[in-house]
Amino acid sequence: MNERQRPVPRGVAATRTPDEIERRLINALQGDFPLVERPYAAVGAMLGLDEEAVIARLRGLLEAGVLTRFGPMFQVERMGGAFCLAAMAVPDADWARVVDLVNAFPEVAHNYQREHTLNMWFVLATAHPEGIAEVSARIERATGLAVHCFPKAREYFVEMKLEAR
Amino acid sequence: MNIGPETVLTATDDLDRRLVLATQGGLPLVPRPYAALAAQLGCSEVEVCERLGAMLARGVIRRIGAVPNHYAIGYTANGMSVWDIDDACVDAVGELVGALDFVTHCYRRPRRLPDWPYNLFAMVHAGSREAALGRVADIAALVEYRFPAALRAQDVLFSTSILKKTGLRLGRV
Repeated sequence: MNERQRPVPRGVAATRTPDEIERRLINALQGDFPLVERPYAAVGAMLGLDEEAVIARLRGLLEAGVLTRFGPMFQVERMGGAFCLAAMAVPDADWARVVDLVNAFPEVAHNYQREHTLNMWFVLATAHPEGIAEVSARIERATGLAVHCFPKAREYFVEMKLEAR
Repeated sequence: MNIGPETVLTATDDLDRRLVLATQGGLPLVPRPYAALAAQLGCSEVEVCERLGAMLARGVIRRIGAVPNHYAIGYTANGMSVWDIDDACVDAVGELVGALDFVTHCYRRPRRLPDWPYNLFAMVHAGSREAALGRVADIAALVEYRFPAALRAQDVLFSTSILKKTGLRLGRV
C-alpha cells in the first residue's frame, strides 16, 4: 500500500530553512522561556542578539512557517479537557475536500498525511472529555467517512523538542 | 486561591482560563509580552507570570517556547512506528522505548482489530528515511532482546505532509 500514488497534500510547508542564527534561536526557544519582564531580551542576551532582533527573527520564522507556534504548550487533560489521536482512510479522489473539511474544525489541533490505508492522522483537543466523541461524530457526518479514535491509554514519554540542525 | 486542574476551563471567573484562551494562539511578540497580556486581562504583569509559573509547575503547561515545523529544521523523515506488543509486558516495553533519545513521544493506545493490531506508538524523527528505519530496527532488536516473543508485528507510517499544526484552540467555555 506504500507504493500507491499519493494525493496532493495541501499541507503547511515552510517557505525557507532557518539560517545559523535562527537555528540557535530555535534551539534556545525550545527550552524554558523566562517568566521575566523582558523575556526576549533575556533570551537574546544568551545568544548575543538584542531584543529587537529576537522579536524580528521570531516573527519571520513564524511567517515563513519554520515555526508553527510560539507560546505555552498546554496539556489540556490537566485542565479537565481531552486530547485524542484519530485517523481516517480518505480516498485519493476526495482528498482535497476532506482536508479542508477536517482542518476547518477548531478542535483539530494537528493533522498529518501518512503513508498507510489510514492516510490522515489528526489530534483532537476539546475542553471536555465528552467533546472527543461529539466532534469525531461531527467529522464523520461532514465527510461521510469513518473516524477511528485512538485514545491514549498510557503515556510513557513526551518530549516536545527537536534540535534544529 | 486553590484551583484544581479539572476546574481550569470551567471556573466562571478564573484568570487561568482567560490566560489559556489569550495565549493558545501564541505569546505577544512585543518587548513585554506578559505586560501586554496583563493589560488585556485586567491584572498585573507579576500576576500573569505567577499564574503561568504555577500552571507550568502543575503540568497544565508542558513548556513555553517554540514549536518548529520538523521538516524545516532538518527532520525530513518523521515516522510513527507502531507495535503489536503482548499486553502482559507492553508497559515495560513502553518505558524502555520511551527512554530512547530519538523517540519524542511514546504511548499505549487501544488496538482496533482486525485492521489495526498495534497497541504501542513511538514517534521517530531523523534526517532521512534510511536513518529513521535504522532507528526503528534498533527498537525492534532491543525489544526482542529484552522481551523475547513480546513483539508480534510492527509498521512505520511516515508523514508525507503537515496538513495543520495550530495546536490547541479552545473556544469560550
